[in-house]
Amino acid sequence: MSKELEYLSSRVASGAMSRRDFLGRAAALGVAAPFANSLLAGAAFAETPAKGGTLTAGIQTGESTDSLDPASWTNQVPFVFGRCWGEQLVELTPEGDVKPRLATEWDSNKDATKWTFKIRKDVTFHNGKTLTADDVVATMERHSDKKSKSGALGIMQGIKSITKDGDTVVFELKSANADLPFLLEDYHLVIQPNGGKDKPDAGIGTGPYKIETHEAGVRDVGQRYKDYWNGDKYGHADTVVILTINDPTARMSALQSGKVQIINRVEPKVVHLVKRLPGVTIQNVAGKGFYPFNMFCDTAPFDDANVRMALKLAMNRKEMLDTILRGYGSVGNDFPINKAYALFPDDVPQRAFDPDQAKHYYKKSGHSGSILLRTSDVAFPGAVDAAQLYQQSCAKAGIDLKVERVPGDGYWSEVWNKKPFSTSYWGGRPTQDQMYSVAYISSADWNDTRFKDKDFDALIVKARGELDKEKRKSMYHQAAMTIRDKGGLLVPMFNDFIEATSSKVGGWVKDPNQEFSNGMGMIRCWVKQ
Amino acid sequence: MASGLLRLVAQRIVLGIILLVAVSVLIFVGTQILPGDVAQSILGQSATPQAVANLRAQLGLDQPAYIRYFQWLGGLLQGNLGNALSNGQPIGPEIAMRLKNTLFLAFWAAAVSIPLSILLGLIAVRHKNGFIDKLISASTLATISLPEFFIGYLLIYFIAVKLQWFTSVSTVYPDMPFLQRMNAIALPAATLTLVVLAQMMRMTRAAILNVMQSAYVETAELKGLTQFEIIWKHAFPNAIAPIINVIMLNLAYLVVGVVVIEVIFVYPGMGQYLVDHVAKRDVPVVQDCGLIFAAVYIALNMLADIFSILSNPRLRHPK
Repeated sequence: MSKELEYLSSRVASGAMSRRDFLGRAAALGVAAPFANSLLAGAAFAETPAKGGTLTAGIQTGESTDSLDPASWTNQVPFVFGRCWGEQLVELTPEGDVKPRLATEWDSNKDATKWTFKIRKDVTFHNGKTLTADDVVATMERHSDKKSKSGALGIMQGIKSITKDGDTVVFELKSANADLPFLLEDYHLVIQPNGGKDKPDAGIGTGPYKIETHEAGVRDVGQRYKDYWNGDKYGHADTVVILTINDPTARMSALQSGKVQIINRVEPKVVHLVKRLPGVTIQNVAGKGFYPFNMFCDTAPFDDANVRMALKLAMNRKEMLDTILRGYGSVGNDFPINKAYALFPDDVPQRAFDPDQAKHYYKKSGHSGSILLRTSDVAFPGAVDAAQLYQQSCAKAGIDLKVERVPGDGYWSEVWNKKPFSTSYWGGRPTQDQMYSVAYISSADWNDTRFKDKDFDALIVKARGELDKEKRKSMYHQAAMTIRDKGGLLVPMFNDFIEATSSKVGGWVKDPNQEFSNGMGMIRCWVKQ
Repeated sequence: MASGLLRLVAQRIVLGIILLVAVSVLIFVGTQILPGDVAQSILGQSATPQAVANLRAQLGLDQPAYIRYFQWLGGLLQGNLGNALSNGQPIGPEIAMRLKNTLFLAFWAAAVSIPLSILLGLIAVRHKNGFIDKLISASTLATISLPEFFIGYLLIYFIAVKLQWFTSVSTVYPDMPFLQRMNAIALPAATLTLVVLAQMMRMTRAAILNVMQSAYVETAELKGLTQFEIIWKHAFPNAIAPIINVIMLNLAYLVVGVVVIEVIFVYPGMGQYLVDHVAKRDVPVVQDCGLIFAAVYIALNMLADIFSILSNPRLRHPK
């Protein structure tokens, strides 16, 4: 076996190269596909987790206001540290399936209104207490309570009652929902002893790491919990350390100098430089996050469907992707779903840049004068540049777009979801139903396009209760077409999640569910000895 | 003389306190003008008006501003800094830790930069208009002309990444061993030193050159003292007042002006803490931080005044 093949297969195993790339290179070296595939299996097998050592990551974003109460989490650092010390009932695989975690199995009645989850035995919390169904019920109750201000409140609203039945927990829903197991993977829903009702920020969970230090916005340290039930799979290092490093350059230099072994949010504009660094691997994966331009469907001039269509057609998506994301992403199609979701409707025609059509619709609307777009650097990396690019492509369609750059401080409270046309970002949701429910149905908590359509609402509710996958997929096709053609959502691009690991790290899994390997980078990876 | 001096110092302290109270009013008014409301930002976009009203009452935001001001001031006088609105934690211990970190960094940066800048100033005077003088001036002016974040990045690139002598991540924590801690702050302290060096060095040089023209320096020269003795024993003591003023201003900068350095080196000091809470509209924390910063400024200015009076007999005995 040639040295090169050996090298290539180790690259695949460490995640630096995709399987498809490997097969291509192997073919170039004159190796037949079946043989190449078997090489690959050997390399992956050889890459067994090493136990011990300290795994350190530098992560954006953390703030000195972060708390250990899972209900309050919004930032990346508590999210990633939360995956270290806490666990949910279920977990998602990178392929988008839902698998057991603290629940061993589950089932629903025929119309998906009543779900029963069996709780795992012999699991202990870090304070020594054994996990029971009561803890699960209490956790769910706490997050359903409006007073907890939980980030998972939106998910819990569809649940009518949560009761214990022996070692199972029964969820009765207000209306059918085939996706309930997916929703319970939400990172806020960490199972805590007595649901965390006694002390929400006690930081006691069932996860692979026990909290040793929590200094908000500075540093979090976890020590391996020796009675962890799933130690073969998660939690290989003895100690995990998460440093909050909000400055991208500082993060990069920390990785280069060996102070940390993993960093998140590598900026697309430096990826091509980082790739050349010895001992650094870029781990990018197409996620569910996207960068929307939101128009209020109920505010002039965006209340006119022709204006909205003209603005959508005036967007040069390819140019955005190449310039703003340097190709680390994929073009959007004006609906909030991409192929990272299960049941993605892959037959929706791609909208392209068409200045002539845009001009036509714009004229038809009769609108004259300029259109104001508000943006800020905090909306997404490169948002201001993106707005200026868009201004130029709008000019080609005869639309006079004015760009107002707003300070980042206060952008989320004063501009986003308040002003009729602004840039933003969405991190994506576990299921299509969640994404539509959180922002595009009439009663959505964050209806940031003010899209209100009764037929669409009914469609989403119907799809939610549908257990037949084919029928469901066609309903989601319809939903996508509705948002794409009638909605106030303009999606130029979906962004990749880009992390970087040093050569000392093994076991990184490219997971499209959320960034940082769905938050599990610290418990999936190990330190090579 | 001593009682006159004491009276002078007491006068300065009283003035400082009055100034601090005035500043506290300004800070309070400033935070009231900030757009956005804590209750609204805690509850988010989906909040009902009733929920906002409840939370405002719970946080005491429904009372008139002047009552809230006196409640805050009263708490401060009793040593109670209040609770942060965003996470409900008491502000005191957290601020104490952050302030300690900030002072630790400022102390070491000052401990290096002040003697160094005075020494460089003296050497520059000794070699006035010579090559060494020009070299010192050019290099210190170069470091002050570059933006501080750029100097920080340069040091990170060459010293932390290439040479790997010191770490680029200056995260410090309470039970950290002293040597590790010094290693962690080496680069930020070096950056700060480079940033403040030029001003103090230039002022030392200018002030001493000024007195070098005086008759008593000429006398000293005629007595046959060496050049350095003249500068150190005769010129420097007479030039000290303006030097102290500049040193104090730079000390104040080292405490209150280092947000950018803290971000680049990930140093858990006051600046980062303040910025996080401004973004969250966590007004009590912002007010407390603002007041601490103001107090540092006023105290250092007061010290500068007192030292220059002490160093100058003409000011000690006003007519």
